[in-house]
Amino acid sequence: MLAPILFGSRSGDPFADMRRLQAEMSRLFDDAGASSARRAFPPVNVWLGDSAVVVTAEMPGVPQDRIDLTVQDDTLTIRGERPAAADDGAAWHRRERTAGAFARTVALPFRVDPQKVEARFQDGVLAVEMQRPEEDHPRRIAITAG
Amino acid sequence: MARNLTTTSSGRVERRHGDDPRPAPLTRPATDIFETDDDVVLVADMPGVGADDIEVTLERRVLTLRGRARPPAPEGYRQVYGEYRSGGFERAFTLSEDIDRDAIRASTTSGVLRLELPKAASARPKRIEVQAA
Repeated sequence: MLAPILFGSRSGDPFADMRRLQAEMSRLFDDAGASSARRAFPPVNVWLGDSAVVVTAEMPGVPQDRIDLTVQDDTLTIRGERPAAADDGAAWHRRERTAGAFARTVALPFRVDPQKVEARFQDGVLAVEMQRPEEDHPRRIAITAG
Repeated sequence: MARNLTTTSSGRVERRHGDDPRPAPLTRPATDIFETDDDVVLVADMPGVGADDIEVTLERRVLTLRGRARPPAPEGYRQVYGEYRSGGFERAFTLSEDIDRDAIRASTTSGVLRLELPKAASARPKRIEVQAA
């Protein structure tokens, strides 16, 4: 995300600001390149409800029977394996999709009940809906006039 | 890409990213391309896109893949963390002349689009018989 950039003084070299801006932009793109290489697979989004949480993950091309989900306390672990489109020995022109085994643990905002988990997988997107245990639901506290 | 620039009273320029209305994000799908004896195969990741939401067009030598993902928001939830944005996919490739354009096959499974582009007969590897003389 870009932080607000404040341009400096008007005195001196009028191109100093442009150069500084370009240097900042290059650093931004370099950082973006490095971080995308280190990004975990699958990429996830987390959605919060009143007493439930949903984690969605993009896992195109992973066979449904190769997905392994585990829920423990306030974590969700997604494991799986994605086959490569062709062998290493094939005549590759371009190879951008990662292949192989993966495992990722997602921290949840609260503890969830492993007995109340629903997972759906459609068109390569996994959605895992997890409920909070009954005893953890937030309770309203009445205030008495004193 | 237009950015919102405002001039503050002191004459300095600030760039604000909050009120910049962007259209739905378009992603270039990650694509594998490899060749077999008979075909050139393209495999593109388009998670969240079903068969009905994919469009593959060929105009002259340009092959364009387009996909529209289903809106992801689960009912009754608000997003608190995001590593990916759901939007559309689009990518274009220029084909060589050795493709038999009328015989292109397309299929999709689990959000992955697979295109098989048969090589024109003249482009396939030919076996040359060696006669013992």
